[in-house]
Amino acid sequence: MAFAAFSPSAAKATGSQAKSSSRVVLALLLPGMLYLGMFFLIPLVSLIITSLETPSATGAFGMYDYAFDVSSYIDVTTRYLPQILRSFGYAFLATFFALVISYPLAYFIGVRLRPRPLIQKLTLTLVIAPFFISFLLRTIAWKQLLSDDSAVLNFLRSIHLWGEHQYFLGTPAAVVWGLTYNFIPFMTLPLYTSLERLDLRLLEAASDLYANPLATFRKVTLPLTLPGVISGTLLTFIPITGDYVNASRDFLGSSKTSMIGNMVEADFLQNADYPAASALSAVLMAVILVLVGVYVKRTGTEDLL
Amino acid sequence: MKSLKLGRLVLPLYSVIALVYLLIPIVYTIVFSFNNSTRSNTVWQGFTLNKWLHVCDRPGICESLGNSLIIGAVATIVATILGTAIAIALVRYQFRARSLVSLSLFLPMATPEVVMGAGLAALFFNMGAEQGYLTIILSHVMFCLSFVVVTVKARVQTLDPVLEEAARDLYANPAQVFWRITFPLLLPGIISAALLSFALSFDDFIITYFNSGPIDTFPKVVYIAAAKGVPAEANVVASAVFLLAFVIVIGTQVASNLRAKRLAK
Repeated sequence: MAFAAFSPSAAKATGSQAKSSSRVVLALLLPGMLYLGMFFLIPLVSLIITSLETPSATGAFGMYDYAFDVSSYIDVTTRYLPQILRSFGYAFLATFFALVISYPLAYFIGVRLRPRPLIQKLTLTLVIAPFFISFLLRTIAWKQLLSDDSAVLNFLRSIHLWGEHQYFLGTPAAVVWGLTYNFIPFMTLPLYTSLERLDLRLLEAASDLYANPLATFRKVTLPLTLPGVISGTLLTFIPITGDYVNASRDFLGSSKTSMIGNMVEADFLQNADYPAASALSAVLMAVILVLVGVYVKRTGTEDLL
Repeated sequence: MKSLKLGRLVLPLYSVIALVYLLIPIVYTIVFSFNNSTRSNTVWQGFTLNKWLHVCDRPGICESLGNSLIIGAVATIVATILGTAIAIALVRYQFRARSLVSLSLFLPMATPEVVMGAGLAALFFNMGAEQGYLTIILSHVMFCLSFVVVTVKARVQTLDPVLEEAARDLYANPAQVFWRITFPLLLPGIISAALLSFALSFDDFIITYFNSGPIDTFPKVVYIAAAKGVPAEANVVASAVFLLAFVIVIGTQVASNLRAKRLAK
């Protein structure tokens, strides 16, 4: 959805308009672009400046002097290596599960329900229904549904599918469960947008040419819906790497599941260690940009950006 | 033949299970807004309407809801105006910096919230700005902007430029063309962009937490309460917002479906 909408092919302007309108374009673009410069670009620069600061010479708590000190970067990449690895590990797993759950669901809504527009729209509304209710409360709902003495775990214990003294909350599995749940709509919507446009005559053509269903899916459906898969996986993976609610002790995680976001929050808001928090954020951003760049290049769709 | 029929049932069944998975926590949250709990709302203690009738008795709940509504409304208005202008420029005009503009709209969506939250907080901190309503609204406009552009842009692309040309041929001035032709045709897109933007702002926690200072928004109150147990009144507020939004969306869809059927006749 989001990424496809930025493709350059969308441009449709007539020649006469193009010449006379540079002032109009400027008036339309400038306020929004200045806003993004001020409140997106400058904060990132501010973050990098802060990450290079050193503790104040006066030794006051939470005070730092401008400097060019890279020691915060060395400090956070060694001290927080487990959290960094965990964040990306959890994000890979949750993105994979979200894709496995979302693709068939999006196919069902976008292709099978196409002859019934009202049912199709209403089912799609159920997919975005989670957006209407606080995601913190939805996560707390899972926390209570899957707590140690919950009906679900007790039932699983009674049929010997779950160990007597085994708990679920606070484990990596619980965090991945919550992350998958919370980001499924971000995966399903772009997939649905791609699948809804899929020309069914192409599938018929493939089966007329004796392709079995699996071959049709691999050679026709999947390549045609690849833009949806790419934007869905990016819209899921990126926010998950920075999430810290699911992994937090008060929600589904424990101190053993903390992710990058938990450390940034602790260093920024509790320890007032602004250089460390900023350096860790910058590391997260850099890794994401590299991964996304490689991913988009390998899937051969650079023009999406 | 029989196995083929069974095979066709696999996908609907899978989808129903996926939808149930998505809806379980919503149903749970609504059900527990009727729980006759005393302090923490973890165990079912019987049905009551009291939490719905006396929702504001719990300190902090209604104040934070009011804050979230005001912040959401202001951020939505600003983001929708700025974003609609950019969307029109991107679709209707040819200019050299197009890919730069697209990239600067894409990047905020590709940045984890915790990075944006910390970055904005670092900016406000370095500027010596005090955190409050203004810093929350400024941050919310920033992350809503890209989503407004994407949503409105999709609508601008469906507009036929011929309609505007026709108006110009009939001696309408540019302002008349915009307000009488372009704006009414764009309105459905603008409304869905505004709704999306409000929903994003209303439910935002991470960026708000870094930039709110002493101001409590509804998600912030829930997060802070989570350590000790969230009161049922929070479930009441969330359920009420959910039911209102859900009824509006479903109603709009059924109404537009009925209209389409009537037009088809």
